[in-house]
Amino acid sequence: MSDLSAKPVSALGGASFDGFAKVREIGPLGMITLRAKPGTKGLDQAVKAAVGTGLPAVRRMEWSGPADTGRGCGWMSPDEFLLILPYAEVSTALAALEQALKGEHALAVDVSDARAVFRIEGEKAGQVLAKLCPADIDRLEPGELRRTRVAQVAGAFWAGEGGYTLVSFRSVAGYVMGLLSHSAMAGSELG
Amino acid sequence: MSTRLSKGGRLIDRTAAMEFSFNGKRMRGFRGDTLAAALLANDQMLVGRSFKYHRPRGIVASGAEEPNALVNMGAGGRFEPNQRTTTTELFDGLAATSQNHFPSLDFDVGVVNNYAARFLPAGFYYKTFMHPRPFWKHVFEPIVRQSAGLGKAPKERDEDRYEQAYAFCDLLVVGGGIAGLQAALIAGAAGARVILLEQTPHWGGRAPVDGDVIDGAPAEAWIDATLEALGKMENVTLKARTMAFGSYDHGYVLAEERVADHTPGDGRPKKRLWRIRAAKVLSAQGAIERPLSFAGNDIPGVMLASAVRDYVVNWAVSPGDRTVVVTNNDDAYRTVLALKGAGLEVAAVVDARAQVTGALPAQARAMGIRIETGRGVVKVKGGKRVTGVCIGLQAGEGAVLDEIACDAVAMSGGWSPVVHLWSHCGGKLHWDRRHHMFRPDPARPPITHDGSPMVIPAGAANGALSAAEALSDAAEQGVAAVKALGLKGRTTPLGKADPVEEAAMEPVWIMPQGAGPKLKMKMWLDYQNDVKVSDVQLAAREGYTSVEHTKRYTTLGMATDQGKLSNINGLAVLADALHEDIPAVGTTTFRPPYTPVTIGALAGESRGEIFQPLRRSPMHEWHEAQGAYMEPVGLWRRPYCYPRAGETHEQAVHREILNTRAKVGMLDASTLGKIVVRGPDAGRFLDMLYTNVMSTLPVGKCRYGLMCNEQGFLSDDGVVVRLAEDTWLCHTTSGGADRIHGWMEDWLQCEWWDWQVFTANVTEQYAQIAVAGPDARKVLEKLGGMDVSKEALPFMTFVEGHLGGLPARVHRISFSGELSYEIAVPASHGLALWQALIAAGADYGVMPYGTEAMHIMRAEKGFIMIGDETDGTVIPQDLGLDWAISKKKADFLGKRGQERSFLASPDRWKLVGFETLDGSVIEDGAYVPEEGVNGNGQRNVQGRVTSTYYSPTLKKGIAMGLLKNGPARMDEVVEFTRMSGGTTKARVVNPVFLDPKGEKQDV
Repeated sequence: MSDLSAKPVSALGGASFDGFAKVREIGPLGMITLRAKPGTKGLDQAVKAAVGTGLPAVRRMEWSGPADTGRGCGWMSPDEFLLILPYAEVSTALAALEQALKGEHALAVDVSDARAVFRIEGEKAGQVLAKLCPADIDRLEPGELRRTRVAQVAGAFWAGEGGYTLVSFRSVAGYVMGLLSHSAMAGSELG
Repeated sequence: MSTRLSKGGRLIDRTAAMEFSFNGKRMRGFRGDTLAAALLANDQMLVGRSFKYHRPRGIVASGAEEPNALVNMGAGGRFEPNQRTTTTELFDGLAATSQNHFPSLDFDVGVVNNYAARFLPAGFYYKTFMHPRPFWKHVFEPIVRQSAGLGKAPKERDEDRYEQAYAFCDLLVVGGGIAGLQAALIAGAAGARVILLEQTPHWGGRAPVDGDVIDGAPAEAWIDATLEALGKMENVTLKARTMAFGSYDHGYVLAEERVADHTPGDGRPKKRLWRIRAAKVLSAQGAIERPLSFAGNDIPGVMLASAVRDYVVNWAVSPGDRTVVVTNNDDAYRTVLALKGAGLEVAAVVDARAQVTGALPAQARAMGIRIETGRGVVKVKGGKRVTGVCIGLQAGEGAVLDEIACDAVAMSGGWSPVVHLWSHCGGKLHWDRRHHMFRPDPARPPITHDGSPMVIPAGAANGALSAAEALSDAAEQGVAAVKALGLKGRTTPLGKADPVEEAAMEPVWIMPQGAGPKLKMKMWLDYQNDVKVSDVQLAAREGYTSVEHTKRYTTLGMATDQGKLSNINGLAVLADALHEDIPAVGTTTFRPPYTPVTIGALAGESRGEIFQPLRRSPMHEWHEAQGAYMEPVGLWRRPYCYPRAGETHEQAVHREILNTRAKVGMLDASTLGKIVVRGPDAGRFLDMLYTNVMSTLPVGKCRYGLMCNEQGFLSDDGVVVRLAEDTWLCHTTSGGADRIHGWMEDWLQCEWWDWQVFTANVTEQYAQIAVAGPDARKVLEKLGGMDVSKEALPFMTFVEGHLGGLPARVHRISFSGELSYEIAVPASHGLALWQALIAAGADYGVMPYGTEAMHIMRAEKGFIMIGDETDGTVIPQDLGLDWAISKKKADFLGKRGQERSFLASPDRWKLVGFETLDGSVIEDGAYVPEEGVNGNGQRNVQGRVTSTYYSPTLKKGIAMGLLKNGPARMDEVVEFTRMSGGTTKARVVNPVFLDPKGEKQDV
């Protein structure tokens, strides 16, 4: 349902905060929830066609091109994947998925607008997340997609060049921005 | 008098003087002082009044165990009560005041309680305030509340900020004394990921003060070298000022870091709560010295022997020129040596043991110190400070043999290992008969997920009290921890302390052991809660044989210090009174927190704007800019109404309704749950979830449906639309979206795992706007891009396309009874569509309406609302929704439940409408009473109101409610209760008040 004539507005209009790490709301970013069991006929080709990657391993992301700038596919659960791509390409990708998975049991839906996306950047960006997420940031594997809790709401993040990308639900974008800003305040470095 | 010595003080920086105040009096200290050290340096021995008797109290200890020296810190938004002076670092400008006194610390009228002490024994409150019962609330409770508590609760908003952080490690070492350092060194060298916590700002614990010699040099050299080695290990994190206060299942430990406690206002968080997940926890928490129970052991100037030498060595503070040391062990002689080393006088050592033979006493003897063996303190002389002690035979009854003038008393009753982290999560203790203390029982450790021990105790915390034993035990436990982690230890040079020969201690629980009641009434066990030896003995006489009961009856160990000094002495006295062995009596339960934790740290970032997640629709800011009055709906905030200047909320709601009924209104319905369900078995799945049939719904059509739980009770409702042959979109209530999605997944994952159905919660993907009213179509037509005529888009259908250039799905559904469109667009276009509709609707008089107008309009139409007409005990049949329950389906969730006799009974309360005879509005929650009373003596009832409003459309009160056999009682007049008394008469009517045929919505 995306349309080139109308300009989509992200939840916070690109809010940002500068502390010991820099926090920016980015987006809108294209996202597709793809539900299908691995082994579904045509699934690999469908993902390849949509975002150009293979299927990710458990808790991993695959990127075509560098993380955050390209297209990617993340493992969300045993039968759910998160496809990431430019917002404007979602319709085309959905059509490609539909085509490749024709006759198979799968569900692909546009969730780009259901999400808010944040970049946390800087040498100590991980500390901002360590204050909010019960996740072992220091042991994050390369290419790991970490689904977790951000204080009181659900979230997921991955590491990229110079920082992290965090995804939350759109309705709580203001809350998450508040959390990230509070946690990134200068002087509150964890060491 | 206490004073600052001219030399020494290993922790203070004499070049950095600091000013502070106590009760408004200006004082000076140095950087590195604790507040307690600085107070003593200014001869402030009296620091507070006791809880019950308002007795003068001074500083007893030098660390976290301090029971007395609690003060109010700061003022206004930085006011904090009950701050321990012994763990408070001095800073320039610190302002403290003493607690629990009136009118002043020096002259306190509450001290009359002291003279009435014989009338305030254990259990006094229980015995006195029980009868007559009504007195409790109006007389006793206010008095008790007035006298309860030491500090006062802060009244202003906390100016500081707090935060939390998560950390993970293989081994968490708690305690930065020599044992903790040694263990961390071993684990660090073995490659383990180690976090080492120390509650004070300093490393090394007691070793430097106690004069321990490690590897042939003073302990400090080894501590520095070890810290340097640890600092070089990337896998080791050192955190000072961080107190681990609780251990929980699966290696979870909470710790409080004092980040800016000592630098208030510097912009950093005051405190940080660490939530640590460790594979293993090594507890090197050390040990706490026990007081001795002699009469007057609470008079300012009586201190723990270890604290006396801490003040002398660490902060160059003399607690008095002449000190009497009272002991039952050799360790206290270290205090003698420290005092003499600082050039102070030790008037005598009163040693309860008949034979005193150890190496340390020998040194004291060699210095010519008077040692009174087999003696005890009969009583301490003095009021607000010590002036002397009377001594007598420890084996005697208290006859005074001699008096010794002194201005400080250093007491030592032996040591108790700090076993809290071991015990919090289930570790058991056993009684060490050599040192007369409880220590961790290695055979009964706290167990983690795989059955292995979770906490490994080491050093003094494990009962290895001397430096030599502590270091060798820490080495052993450190290696054990490495092994338990599955790592291989590498050879590391380990510290070895010179052993010091110490003779056995002698257990002394009462001094002198034959003391009579008069002395025992002045022997304090629990300083903070004013519990004496006589109180515990009284409890035993009154039948309190369990230590847990005695604790609660006497309040022993129930104060903010949680009995760190009093518990062992108290239970030893109880054991003696019960003629039981100490281990047979046992300890009370150790519970977190180890020391009080600031509530701000527990709340962390959750305050102010981010106290709770607040869910905002894409149009939220627009509503707020319009001055909408918002109401909470779950975590959402939704506009309740949009009051205009001079309008009450009620007037605004009525205007919004009348405008919608006459012209056109707009509602932000984005919060409605939206769940996509797809798959070959999706139709079958929805037929099970809904009470009616969804599998037969044609593509492009909408159908209202009900969901019940297995019991048959109505759980959620909403409109289902069929997007494609194998795809449905289920709308849920705003509050039910996540719950219903979870419900669907629960059934799919746990019960019908072989059904081919996928779901996706797309609630937040779409902004949804209801445009309702006779002119609704014209507004949409003005936006253009889509045929929204009755022919192209009939009632209960939907179409996808573009509306005003935005990608949209438009449903012809109505919750208001008007011609109504619900338009869904991607959330990032929500505001654009809303503004476009407002602009397009201007010519038609469009107004936004809020949730209250929505509620009233649906009530006018007799539409039910989940949560109003339902409360978890209502089935669809109660609400006259039989038409939405399939008779054809073999099964659906709730079907069997509804067949149970009570739910199938014809006698249930059922939905009807009510119209008051005088047009007034029935009160919310009003009941329809019936004759007689039930088994509880309560009035019988036959019905209640569920929704009640003034209808601006009909210009009268309307209501829906549940009434026994309601539909069979049309036109009957019933009476509703009124809060003010009396009843309101109302006629039973059809619940659909407006347009019963639904003609307005189907145009």
